[in-house]
Amino acid sequence: LGHGAGGQLMAELLNDVITPHLAAPVEDAAVVPFGAARAVLSTDGFVVTPRFFPGGDIGSLAVHGTVNDLAMRGAAPVALCLAYVIEEGLPTAELRAVTASVAAAARAVGVPVVTGDTKVVNRGCADGLFVTTTGLGRLHPAARVSATRGRRGDVVLLSGPIGAHGTAILTAREGLGLASDVASDSRPLHRLVAAMLDAGGEDVHALRDPTRGGLAAALNELAAAGRIGIECDEPAVPVPAAVASACDLLGLDPFEVANEGCLVALVHPRAAQRVLAAMRARPEGADATVIGEATAGPPGRVTARTLVGSHRIVDLPLGEQLPRIC
Amino acid sequence: MAADRSVEIEVRGTVQGVGFRPFVHRLATAHGLAGDVRNAGGTVVIRLRGDGAGVASFLRRLAAEAPSAARVGDVRARDLPVGAVPVGGFRIGGSTTSAVGVREVPPDLATCPDCRAELADPTDRRYRYPFVNCTACGPRATIIDDLPYDRVRTAMSTFPLCAACAAEYAAPADRRFHAEPVACPDCGPRLCWWPGGVEGAEAFAAAVAALEAGSVVAVKGIGGYQLLCDAADAHAVAHLRAAKHRPRKPFAVMVPDLAAARRLAALSPAQERVLSGPAAPIVLAVRRPGTPLAAGVCGGSAEIGLFLPYSPLHHLLLAALDRPLVVTSGNVSGAPIVVDDAVARAALGTFAAGILGHDRPIRSRYDDSVVRLLGDRTTVLRRARGLAPAPVPLPVPAREPVLAVGAQLKHTVTLAVGTRAVPGPHTGDLSDAAAYQAFTDTVERLCRWHAVTPHVVAHDLHPGYLSTRFARSHEGRRIAVQHHHAHVAAVAAEHGITGPVLGVAYDGLGLGDDGTLWGGEILLATLTGYRRLARFARAPLPGGESAVRHPARTALGHLYGAEELGGARPDPRDAAVLWHTVDPRTAATVRELVARRVNAPLASSAGRLFDTVSALLGLCATATYEGEAAVLLETAAAPYGPVPALPWRLANRDGLLVYDPAPTLRAVLAHGGAAGEVAAAFHTTVAEVTEALLTEAARATGVRTVCLGGGVFANRRLTTDLLDRLPRAGFTVHIGASVPSNDGGISYGQAAVAAALSAKE
Ligand SMILES: [Fe+3]
Ligand SMILES: [Mg+2]
Ligand SMILES: [Zn+2]
Ligand SMILES: [Zn+2]
Repeated sequence: LGHGAGGQLMAELLNDVITPHLAAPVEDAAVVPFGAARAVLSTDGFVVTPRFFPGGDIGSLAVHGTVNDLAMRGAAPVALCLAYVIEEGLPTAELRAVTASVAAAARAVGVPVVTGDTKVVNRGCADGLFVTTTGLGRLHPAARVSATRGRRGDVVLLSGPIGAHGTAILTAREGLGLASDVASDSRPLHRLVAAMLDAGGEDVHALRDPTRGGLAAALNELAAAGRIGIECDEPAVPVPAAVASACDLLGLDPFEVANEGCLVALVHPRAAQRVLAAMRARPEGADATVIGEATAGPPGRVTARTLVGSHRIVDLPLGEQLPRIC
Repeated sequence: MAADRSVEIEVRGTVQGVGFRPFVHRLATAHGLAGDVRNAGGTVVIRLRGDGAGVASFLRRLAAEAPSAARVGDVRARDLPVGAVPVGGFRIGGSTTSAVGVREVPPDLATCPDCRAELADPTDRRYRYPFVNCTACGPRATIIDDLPYDRVRTAMSTFPLCAACAAEYAAPADRRFHAEPVACPDCGPRLCWWPGGVEGAEAFAAAVAALEAGSVVAVKGIGGYQLLCDAADAHAVAHLRAAKHRPRKPFAVMVPDLAAARRLAALSPAQERVLSGPAAPIVLAVRRPGTPLAAGVCGGSAEIGLFLPYSPLHHLLLAALDRPLVVTSGNVSGAPIVVDDAVARAALGTFAAGILGHDRPIRSRYDDSVVRLLGDRTTVLRRARGLAPAPVPLPVPAREPVLAVGAQLKHTVTLAVGTRAVPGPHTGDLSDAAAYQAFTDTVERLCRWHAVTPHVVAHDLHPGYLSTRFARSHEGRRIAVQHHHAHVAAVAAEHGITGPVLGVAYDGLGLGDDGTLWGGEILLATLTGYRRLARFARAPLPGGESAVRHPARTALGHLYGAEELGGARPDPRDAAVLWHTVDPRTAATVRELVARRVNAPLASSAGRLFDTVSALLGLCATATYEGEAAVLLETAAAPYGPVPALPWRLANRDGLLVYDPAPTLRAVLAHGGAAGEVAAAFHTTVAEVTEALLTEAARATGVRTVCLGGGVFANRRLTTDLLDRLPRAGFTVHIGASVPSNDGGISYGQAAVAAALSAKE
């Protein structure tokens, strides 16, 4: 298996090996009928090296990641479960620090960690610490968001700058001397989503957090699921200068770098300005902006209008960097 | 009277759209033969009745005297019962669409001497008419909707013929008999000028005035819009460069005639023949010093790309302005040449003073072709207008139709049916949405025109090429062809070779079968397979593609992380010139990327070694177009004649012979001489190394036939050296002639491999 970085190889793994057995849909969280209420359930496993990085750590990331997966379905978190797989030899102090971080992040989110599980495995059977969080959420009454609901004409909104998380992780992991410039954007997005749904209701068609595979993967998934084209305006996509220069040097495409604190939304044009204003009224959406629109297609095709006016195809990232230049 | 005989003759080849049927009519009439001729699918079918001697003479002269633009391939005659062909006159029949088999789309043809004479003749009804053409010249592939090639299936279908044109079109003896794009000022397309909307001669005058005033003008050409400006006007050239976002890549220059071409470059008779031939490509020739052109027209190249007017409109413009003009494809950096009127106004109208357009639509996008002559060898660097989509033979026929989808940059596709491969026009960088659209349109058209559904799709190994992803979405059989095998197979197949060859694949980057990037390879290859015999040393590319854009980083990759092969390594501290172009923080990060193998893929690339040397000599730290570092290295070497090689060594690694450039790079850093002299010595080094690798490969395999393929052979100095040195060492050497050595030839190579593989089953 060489599928770690997300993108195309991961998509093939899911489509060919896993999804056929489970009939799992394209969403990051599932709405489950639960009596009269509609509950939302999501789970995510976290492995990250290093476990502590500028802007966060594996504990806060595990909380934010699952909270955000619930939020992308239009749900607010109600409860979290936490599971550790610990490699023998992990310093107790480190586990304590991670757990404190989980607790702090959950407190800030406003969600209790209600249960959990801890396993210790032999040396070599895990890389230090794996964290799995499962979240139960309550659907926003006005939420009808689904990756499949994108429609031609929808406005594409982005809640904030891209590229920070993946760049921070890579520079911290490899000690590349750029770490001080860039910190992860890891943060919870459920309040931002609630504000968007309050403002836009059903007109908020689809939400995606551009985590692994970055904005490129998120837009491709939305385009494929909605059978639409997405045309975005490259100069309109905010990339912090420090991220841009680090990406140039490291040979990363900011569109393909992971984020943990922003989202893209497909919104009916009649509600776009209202939703945008609601986003900008929140700190995590202060830099929200329109980055493009959904088109008739070809279905699944994502393009970016470049600074010089040509249209480059934004493809699902491969999951590893292989130069295509001959 | 001699014995009466009736025959049916089927003629294959480039026989439609080139005045072939009127020629047959004249020939048959001259022999007193009765019968008829008609287009059937892609072939021409002739029925004759007359005396046996006349029929035999007709058959002898058919191929020998065919019109210059025709290429008569297969001629098959069979006798019919004498009564099957009626006596009486000889008729030209219409087209039948029922026949199947390979059909040919005729390439566009430069304006012929007869039409040029009419253009300049004040008494002619087509005097100064910018769309004059005849069966021997004019647009073809760019206006065709479908086959058979008849006016109703072209962009001319909306221009009903006037009585005078209709008479010419219907008269068998006329030069315009069935000239499908025939037109005149009364019934044909008209010029227009935007903005403002004036037409005809006024539109032309507006364009000429704007060009004289030093502006950039967009002109709707044969296969796409072009951007023109006075090549001697530095302001105009600078404006064009800024607007196109093309800071240094050389521009092509169109000159009024051969005499003007000779003033800019020393031309051989062979170069002059190609320049003034019916394909009228851009010809790369060594530039004369001290030309009146604005600095920067040719970028940093020692060559100049020259071409002659090839459409009546170009003839009129060049005659009116009587000076060299920059004529470059109408696009902005990254996008393909514009063919659509509305797109032209949106994309080019923002910086061009105006657009000289017309109302004949362009059906297919065709850039100008680019050709270079190496002695008497013609090598096509870009196979487009005037050349594509003429077929290229395949030595092993495709048992079922094969679609080969090419690579990623300089992209082409090839459809192979039977013994013929039809390479489509150059569509550019596939990551551009419009180029990708042109790619899928070309696939659709080629399949429709040739009435086939390909069941076999051949593609590259690289999973990230959009062509590979297209292939993966295709139902049916897929054949993955390694990039450099395709490069070598293209050369072998074009020269009709199926047996084993020693393939020298010197390239930028292509994915190897071992997961590393290749590009400095010696392969023992047949059309159906290959074995890697030798390679260049591996070095990391820090930051992947970003290293390709920044040759200084490629050089750092070589200095910090090249494969250890036993030779003494160059010391990064000695790279004094390089350090002027890289800031220490960048270098520190690059060093970490290399040390930790983070996003630093390994490449055994010859092209990247040229980049490295170029950067070490301070010639190119950052490239603005593909191959710029190598172009600047070659240009620096140009003033130097033969220069002895720098030191080099070969090593053995995992059963492969490996060129270790460590001593070469040490010598580059230690050399006290001029950069150009070192550059020249480096070229000699690569040639010497190649000969040594081939000598060893020939000793091991007994094979002495060599095929040179890959983008590095765009380097004139290296290629000329090898074409000279290898035959003296007892090798037979081949290089791409009508199929590009660069990635434009990949699809043809893939098609040749896939056809040979499917034939083996
Ligand atoms: Fe190549
Ligand atoms: Mg998730
Ligand atoms: Zn003519
Ligand atoms: Zn007419």
